[in-house]
Amino acid sequence: MELVLENLACRRAGRIVFRGLDFRLAAGEAASLRGPNGVGKSTLLRVLAGLIPAAEGDARLGGISLARSRGAFQERVAYAGHLDAVKPALGVAENLAIWAGLHAADPSRVGAALERFGIAHIAGHPAAQCSAGQKRRLGLARLMVMDRPLWLLDEPTVSLDAAASALVAELVREHCAGGGMALIATHIDLGLGGGPVLGMAPFAEAAETGGADPFLEGAW
Amino acid sequence: MVRSPFAALVRRDTRLALRLGGGGAVGIAFFVLAVVLIPLGVGRETATLARIAGGVLWVAALLAALLSLDRLFQADYEDGSLDQLMLAPMPLEQVVLAKTIAHWLTTGLPMTLIAPVLGAMLQLPDTALPALVLAMAAGTPALSFIGAIGAAITVGVRRGGLLLSILVLPLYIPTLVFGARVVEHALLGLSTAGVMGLLGGLTLFAAALSPFASALALRINAR
Repeated sequence: MELVLENLACRRAGRIVFRGLDFRLAAGEAASLRGPNGVGKSTLLRVLAGLIPAAEGDARLGGISLARSRGAFQERVAYAGHLDAVKPALGVAENLAIWAGLHAADPSRVGAALERFGIAHIAGHPAAQCSAGQKRRLGLARLMVMDRPLWLLDEPTVSLDAAASALVAELVREHCAGGGMALIATHIDLGLGGGPVLGMAPFAEAAETGGADPFLEGAW
Repeated sequence: MVRSPFAALVRRDTRLALRLGGGGAVGIAFFVLAVVLIPLGVGRETATLARIAGGVLWVAALLAALLSLDRLFQADYEDGSLDQLMLAPMPLEQVVLAKTIAHWLTTGLPMTLIAPVLGAMLQLPDTALPALVLAMAAGTPALSFIGAIGAAITVGVRRGGLLLSILVLPLYIPTLVFGARVVEHALLGLSTAGVMGLLGGLTLFAAALSPFASALALRINAR
């Protein structure tokens, strides 16, 4: 399985965010996504998660086209964005158990993931009492119950301490060793050691108008 | 217990609605209070109360359903859960359907169960109570289904509750009219089958349309 981006472009509200993006990520590789703030790293990750439609081009994951069969593509993707999707009204373990249920995963994985992320001792606490770092750990623990080949991580180490950041790198390495792939937007060096780098540069013709009505176009 | 993603999502949303701040209990309390206020304002005259009982119960049900609707998708939208739900191993239409069913289980269903008590308080004769319960059971799902479309459209709007009300209340009119008419017919001793059929048909139509319309609106708003 490999991830192939072909001439990928994204337009938001008539403004081109990026265009002509080509990239190839082989199984077992973790790529870093780099570029200055506002260049469209998060947008690219959301496009690849099928949350924003691509304006042009396509992404293929093991032969499955994002443009043509988005549902099947999405079922091979795990996404961890800026928001942790943690419900404060529920307990820490309860939060994760719900996602395990939604992904029909083995419930025993919940305990293992909490253990791994060092939040097993607060498993019974309400998530509302968690610190920002603990919430982030809980959000990332979802990756361990989801069992998806492609991980899309958007600044995964924000609000994590050094030990937890190292743990994220370790998990990504394990994921890749098992044939998985990861695309990670990050400003710090995770210490993944020499994976491919997808560099994004600001799009020059940012003022170019899209022409079509941004609301109606591609209403999928 | 069924272990499917769909059932897991229904359970999740039901649990969240019943937790503190989830809005389930608040909606029911609002429904009861709104109905209890009516005899205080209108007076205790039996004939008048019985005549307006159907309308009062339905108007209160519409407003109570609206109360919790604005958080139906917005809570998940704001904390990132909606992004994750879009990646869940089921189509977004199913996600929407599960969430709408959970909404009905925590608003429409309890309102249906408590309606005969409130109906009796509004001096509805015992003979009209079965029709009232049947009408609520057949009509309240439409409130959740139609409301879900409005909730999906306004998901990205800050304090979108008001906009949601303006959007959704006009669409609730047929359900209100037929629902109240069922109670009125029962009160007058007429056959309720025809109106009940229209009420149920309306719910089925809303149920068929809502998952697709809501999912489309959510996809557009997720960008």
